Amino acid sequence: MAEAVRRDYDVLVIGAGGAGLRAAIAASAAGARVAVVSKSLLGKAHTVMAEGGIAAALANVDERDGWKVHFADTMRGGQYLSHPRMAELHAREAPDRVRELEAWGALFDRTPDGRILQRNFGGHRYPRLAHVGDRTGLEMIRTLQDHGIHQGIDFHMELTITTLLTAGAPGDTRVVGAFGYDRERGRCATFGAGAVILATGGIGRAYSITSNSWEYTGDGHALAYEAGAELLDMEFVQFHPTGMVWPPSVRGILVTEGVRGEGGVLRNSAGRRFMFDDIPANYRTQTADNEEEGWRYCQGDKNARRPPELLTRDHVARCIVREVREGRGSPHGGVFLDISWIEQRIPKAAEHIKKKLPSMYHQFHQLAGIDITKEPMEVGPTTHYMMGGVRVHPETQMSTLPGLFAAGECGAGLHGANRLGGNSLSDLLVFGKRAGEHAAEHARSVGAGPIDERQLAEAERRALAPFDRAGGGEGAYAIQHDLQSMMQDLVGIVRRAPEMEKALTALAGLRERAARVGVHGNREYNPGWHTALDLPNLLTVSEAVTRAAIERTESRGAQFRDDFPEKDAELGKVNIVVRKGEGGAMRVERVPLPPMPAELAAVIEEMK
Amino acid sequence: MAQATFSIWRGNAGGGDFVDYRTEVTEGMVVLDAVHQIQSESANDLAVRWNCKAGKCGSCSAEVNGKPKLMCMTRLSDLPLDEPVTVEPMRAFPRLRDLVTDVSWNFEAKKKIKRFAPRPPDAPDGTWRMAQEDVDRVQEFRKCIECFLCQDVCHVLRDHGLQERFIGPRLLVYAAALEMHPLDGADRVRDLWQEHGIGLCNITKCCTTVCPESITITDNAIIPLKERVVDELHDPLVRLFSKRDRK
Repeated sequence: MAEAVRRDYDVLVIGAGGAGLRAAIAASAAGARVAVVSKSLLGKAHTVMAEGGIAAALANVDERDGWKVHFADTMRGGQYLSHPRMAELHAREAPDRVRELEAWGALFDRTPDGRILQRNFGGHRYPRLAHVGDRTGLEMIRTLQDHGIHQGIDFHMELTITTLLTAGAPGDTRVVGAFGYDRERGRCATFGAGAVILATGGIGRAYSITSNSWEYTGDGHALAYEAGAELLDMEFVQFHPTGMVWPPSVRGILVTEGVRGEGGVLRNSAGRRFMFDDIPANYRTQTADNEEEGWRYCQGDKNARRPPELLTRDHVARCIVREVREGRGSPHGGVFLDISWIEQRIPKAAEHIKKKLPSMYHQFHQLAGIDITKEPMEVGPTTHYMMGGVRVHPETQMSTLPGLFAAGECGAGLHGANRLGGNSLSDLLVFGKRAGEHAAEHARSVGAGPIDERQLAEAERRALAPFDRAGGGEGAYAIQHDLQSMMQDLVGIVRRAPEMEKALTALAGLRERAARVGVHGNREYNPGWHTALDLPNLLTVSEAVTRAAIERTESRGAQFRDDFPEKDAELGKVNIVVRKGEGGAMRVERVPLPPMPAELAAVIEEMK
Repeated sequence: MAQATFSIWRGNAGGGDFVDYRTEVTEGMVVLDAVHQIQSESANDLAVRWNCKAGKCGSCSAEVNGKPKLMCMTRLSDLPLDEPVTVEPMRAFPRLRDLVTDVSWNFEAKKKIKRFAPRPPDAPDGTWRMAQEDVDRVQEFRKCIECFLCQDVCHVLRDHGLQERFIGPRLLVYAAALEMHPLDGADRVRDLWQEHGIGLCNITKCCTTVCPESITITDNAIIPLKERVVDELHDPLVRLFSKRDRK
């Protein structure tokens, strides 16, 4: 029988990154009893890795900026698949969310007149990213954490949710709680809640080269899917163009786009700035066509256009792949990213680099033995961010399943086919707050629901099953490793139908292996067991990515189909939705884009 | 390829011992890579905390060859590999399992420090003005990744176990960041003396030495706080014109 400890709240937040913390603060401020559960300790979530900054049209550095420009940049960057209302709310509300952080103690870098400084970033027309050197995410998560601990929120650290609990007849279900286990002792835990907010981040661990830590196994995506909610835009996985490539142990670790914002340039083995060779038509008027103009842009010249290194991430990543594939790569299969060259332009360049990019300096110095003030870095694409996620209402963040909300990376709709750098930190604040407020309101109006003991018993049985096969089953790491290499090879940056069909077959095989996984040891802080329980989530999101990518027979944003290299106007009118069909098979469906309000269409036209 | 031996502490609160594992060493590897490799090859249930693997989250703190380190930033090429590399959990915290310790005390103790309290906004739009140079000083403290290596090495906590009376270097840095924040108006000086035990620090600077973020903990955070304590609480002249006037 169920041994789980039972706890009851109005709102349960799963995940303690920026979105989860902001949601919890908002829900608590709205009067709800709130708990946050997180797989790691407080302050360690992936938000901490965000480097470059948070996008908000504060217009502190360039007075021409405003929500309309930010909105239009986001829509263009997302190849017009973003939910227009979400993009509008995001652009309108981000400045207030940033100022609020300052009121909670965050210390951003300053302009000469003492306001929040903003920097250039890919796809943003004006300097827009509020930042703290290259450790903006740390500043943000610590500010939210230190504010949050005084708000009467209960934090349950190192606790993993494996199942959402639902109530109601089929077709009329709602979420009423969640089941999980604590990592320390392996004890089962049950939460009853009027509303549950997913803030679990991304799916990076589905790939072998990734900037993501062990945590990012698509838990929120899979929990929502299994409970009956819809997923959206799952084909759009962002491969960040600049991850470390050497030595092997650091492969995939992020190199901030801020390096390019500060004037860093990409070169191939012949020393050529290859980004000038391929500038997409819809960015041509905004992009510098010579090195001199690009440099002036990075120095704040308002009449200069941005260098092609600051084109959107999907495009830069593909150009790097092309250079490597055509034999013009660096010795370890990347290209060169050089910031040291700015010594030709400014005095005391080394000090400037260390001041503006301290953690990049530190990271390369410590891990690769490279001094970035003196020599170029070797970089290549790394799995970074999931544009796709739980399909939510643009204003409330509630999913298609009542009582279930999603915010931050595990939600979908804002970024469309490609996310602009800096838009994730603003996303998680804007929509974290909205999710928290609306979840609190929802919980207040519907109250607690009945927890079904059978669901609970089944969740517990599944969580403990790997121990039944302790002697015989295969270890979880080997299966996870095989999954990662398979996805990297077959459903990576460049995709083709036959390879993805092969991936589906491979996934079926991996699922069978995962069903037989066994663990050694006991329930006390046992990472082998934890990995075994993360596996089904990774398999579910991998399948969703693959099926959605097969369905989208075109190249757009982060999805590049070698067999369909062009955009298809018809597919530009739809999002792809994934849901669990009757009988348990995954269903994929094209749904028309949400209608574009006339006033927003006018804004896009005005900003062209 | 070269092999090396890692002597890793295995056990729980009830006790344990070092177990030797041999594994292959490749170019650029850090201690955390070796631990992961061993976990995947021969010790699936080896407990270790980690997240970013780039020195930014402060999760993988341990003692490597007896020295407090982030495992992700400790390169094997900097260690003598002809003898076993010992890896053990931080000693200042209760052991949970293998390399994982119970660091929850740090989170609890932080709550007792008076929270940030900004002065009223400077501009009608509700924003503030701050000079970069005033921000710089506090930004140093805000680099802290909460790895708790400074707490681990602090003899007041490690050897004397005075967690009830002393918040330790990490939280003194936190208090310094608040006290020196250009906008903050709260006063934590009496608390620092009476509740947080700042007097117990005798400036051995061990914390500064181990800080992976190179925060000058003792000189820039703790000593200025100690000076404030002396000025405000022990200087008879200042006491005469008490703090009420300062506010």
